[in-house]
Amino acid sequence: MLELREAARTVGGETHIHPLSLKLERGSLNVLLGAALSGKTSLMRLMAGLDRPTSGSVWFDGKDVTGVPVRKRDIAMVYQQFVNYPAMSVYDNIASPLKLQGRPRAEIEAEVRKAADLLRLTPYLSRKPLELSGGQQQRTAIARAVVKGADLVLLDEPLANLDYKLREELREELPKIFAASGAIFVYATTEPAEALLLGGATAVLHEGRLAQFGPTMEVWRRPRDLTVARAFADPPLNMLEARKEGGLLLEGEAAFSPVPPHLSAAPDGPCRLAFHPHHLTLAPKGPQDLRLETTVDLAEIAGSETFIHVERGLQRWALLAPGVHEIAPGTPLAGFLDPARLMAFDAQGRAVAAAETSAQSLVRGG
Amino acid sequence: MARITLDHVRHAYGTPRQESDYALKEVHAVWSDGGAYALLGPSGCGKTTLLNIISGLLRPSEGRILFDDQDMTDLPTGKRNIAQVFQFPVVYDGMTLRENIAFPLRNRGFPRAETEARVAEILRLIDLEGMADRRARGLTADQKQKISLGRGLARPDVNAILFDEPLTVIDPQMKWRLRAELKALHRRSGFTMVYVTHDQTEALTFADRVAVMHDGRIVQMGTPEELFLRPEHSFVGYFIGSPGMNLLPVRVEGGEAILGEARIPLGPHAEIPPGARTEIGLRPEMLRVGREGWPLVPLRLEDVGRRKILRAELYGHPLAVALGEDAEIPADPRLDFAPEALNLYAGGWRIGGGRIP
Amino acid sequence: MKPWNNKAWLLVLPTLVLVAFSAVIPLMTVVNYSVQDTFGGNRFFWAGTEWYEQILNSDRFWAALWRSLLFSGIILAIEIPLGVFIALHMPRKGVWLSVCLVLMALPLLIPWNVVGTIWQVFGRVDIGLLGRAMAELGVNYNYVNNVGDAWVTLVVMDVWHWTSLVALLAYAGLVSIPDAYYQAAEIDGASRWAVFRHIQLPKMKRVLLIAVLLRFMDSFMIYTEPFVVTGGGPGNATTFLSIDLVKMALGQFDLGPAAAMSIIYFLIILLLSWVFYAVMTRHDQE
Repeated sequence: MLELREAARTVGGETHIHPLSLKLERGSLNVLLGAALSGKTSLMRLMAGLDRPTSGSVWFDGKDVTGVPVRKRDIAMVYQQFVNYPAMSVYDNIASPLKLQGRPRAEIEAEVRKAADLLRLTPYLSRKPLELSGGQQQRTAIARAVVKGADLVLLDEPLANLDYKLREELREELPKIFAASGAIFVYATTEPAEALLLGGATAVLHEGRLAQFGPTMEVWRRPRDLTVARAFADPPLNMLEARKEGGLLLEGEAAFSPVPPHLSAAPDGPCRLAFHPHHLTLAPKGPQDLRLETTVDLAEIAGSETFIHVERGLQRWALLAPGVHEIAPGTPLAGFLDPARLMAFDAQGRAVAAAETSAQSLVRGG
Repeated sequence: MARITLDHVRHAYGTPRQESDYALKEVHAVWSDGGAYALLGPSGCGKTTLLNIISGLLRPSEGRILFDDQDMTDLPTGKRNIAQVFQFPVVYDGMTLRENIAFPLRNRGFPRAETEARVAEILRLIDLEGMADRRARGLTADQKQKISLGRGLARPDVNAILFDEPLTVIDPQMKWRLRAELKALHRRSGFTMVYVTHDQTEALTFADRVAVMHDGRIVQMGTPEELFLRPEHSFVGYFIGSPGMNLLPVRVEGGEAILGEARIPLGPHAEIPPGARTEIGLRPEMLRVGREGWPLVPLRLEDVGRRKILRAELYGHPLAVALGEDAEIPADPRLDFAPEALNLYAGGWRIGGGRIP
Repeated sequence: MKPWNNKAWLLVLPTLVLVAFSAVIPLMTVVNYSVQDTFGGNRFFWAGTEWYEQILNSDRFWAALWRSLLFSGIILAIEIPLGVFIALHMPRKGVWLSVCLVLMALPLLIPWNVVGTIWQVFGRVDIGLLGRAMAELGVNYNYVNNVGDAWVTLVVMDVWHWTSLVALLAYAGLVSIPDAYYQAAEIDGASRWAVFRHIQLPKMKRVLLIAVLLRFMDSFMIYTEPFVVTGGGPGNATTFLSIDLVKMALGQFDLGPAAAMSIIYFLIILLLSWVFYAVMTRHDQE
């Protein structure tokens, strides 16, 4: 188990990581989600021992490893750039960490074949990395990290330089590859969709702080605050500035909804409501749905669904509707929203209560 | 603004000896004035080669390129009167934002008053008015990319604006905004725009018509809806949509597609070339899981937030079904779909669909 | 807090010792000399700032300083633009690039005194190729007698010796510019000059700063070549600070004033280098 205890890093008066505590279990897949410069890479460098925390400590399996340099730890890393030995064949690339460990030849052969099979590299073992496609080059780098049998495998946006479709394929395979090894995997990404596809646990980072850590679906459905909700929303969240008074929700002076049961604990006063674009629908799904009048700004058709940008007063919202809808800008449009889908945040951005979901769907299938 | 004609364009790097030496096998297309087009495909499909031919960085080995009726094939980039936005932002660090945007206008000797008015308009458009007089150095990637974009839009007289994966360096949330802004800009400006990307969402949302490229050819050009509902080639079905279209091998006999015990009625279809592999294509989004239809063996249910993906088998063939976020799988699930959801492929090309009663 | 790794200090130690012996201790010795007087026999008397005042009040010092500054100024004014010009016109790839690089590296490999000797011989009116050629052409050229000719010879020699360093540095800066910039400029309709002014020059700024600093410090301290070619003459016309210093220290054995002059010399170089650095990096701090 890898544990950070109040670990922080400051460089030249600039704080890269605020004091942060985190426990990562063996055999787990952990996603670090955050925008560029949110501290993902800094945090990985602390975990790896490439950087030393300026305060706090790093523990591995109950031992303090704070001062132990990366060479003496058992770590593998995969980068955004495809880092392979250009002069070696794919086979030798994958075998290189095993050779360094001085393992017997037959054992190396078996391990390399197994990893190549897992990552679908078997036909290319005798080729040089630069003769392969980007996706195959990155598979080689991943195979090398997996075969090393390290306790901790760090992947820093490994798919960012790959084509959309290749990313999709590798994303689907990675959890299986990770499950087959017993290591702690840490996977940094800027894309919420990637975190959702990978599953496991997610740590949302924002400006060098750990905003929330927990099972990916739990974080997605019950963000602790607005920062997490926003960082984890793709497409971006729709916001609605409102006020709670008794049993009613008010927008300006007009009441637009009774307070849904899951928000009944919220105190009276101003609150910021938020909901996902796909929860705003073109037709009501039930009698409880709110009707919200908007004006269309732009409709983007994405094949199977349409992303409709709308305005409501000063708010800019979006609807994600299945099917193709060509709607001219300026057209009035009613959106429907189940109030049970509303998330509410107080003036400081803390979640009042998360949107209601059935307990069953919290468990990731498969 | 102009209509772009690609007249039987072929290109090979070096001297071609055989067909496979061509990076661009043959492209023949006419893109109308003021349209928004996208070139979509994986790396190595020839989309960047085609873009460079349009911008004039490459001279095609064969064929011609015309803007309206004027042959541009031998004109250098500077004479083609186009604008281009690159994958990585290109800004002139030492200049202010205002000067950056005015640069292409000043180079062409636009009158001062006209230049100033135009620059002010562009700054408003890209939402950077407040920073107009600061230097471009030290801006964030998306601000820099907006400046590149602004410079592209500055000249009122360009024939076309080309985009080469312009959102690569932009954070996902910012992508949604910039994409919508680009689309709105197209509506307002009326420029002919060509957008090159490997990202289907960017291509489909930006363009009115998308050209899907594969192995040096445009395999299909159509609206986002056409590409989704009627992929002309199984590659288009696979490449567009996530997950892509399910392709199941079938036997075609007596107007029916036979898959295991399922006999699926087909509509009229073109003749199947002898020896061609026949498949049916089904979009995961267009499948229903319930108590009606063919028996489905569920393998696992993936929760990806706003929807669920069911991985299952139909008569031993793997299949993905896209379901709503609250969906539940009944015991003994069955698979059903409307005849419109079916596409029939022979040798990779679409030859027909389901029988619509 | 535990130290990161104590052994690391052992690796740095040899360098520290070397720097101490080669730089710090000699410098302190010079400071020591500059504030004392000696009449030999290892007897020293405190002199305070007397030597400094003497140097700063001597016309000889100011004349030598002026000559050094003028020389550096001319060198920078010729070598930097010329080096950039050459870099801009160097081939970007292929065999000609290799040929070009080898030819340009050649002068840099020749030892200083050999450069001096080459030019000393080259320019001689009796046996030198250049001197004889000039005489045949009817040009009255003689670096031994004529002040202008002596200066021209030294400047041309230095330009021949060092311009390729500037060119190579500028070239390194140029090849680091992504193609997209040139494409964008072409599409923006930028002129050749605008491309240079707004893309190439800004991207070369850092390497040019290094080139300016190196060439300034080096030319300001130039000793071997003028000593070999002109010996500081005719008269004192090419007696730069460095030559003057050696004359004073070794020729006249005035160790005190020579030490004070060294310190002043050192401070001038430090000051001017800092000024160059500050001016050229001014925009980065905006």
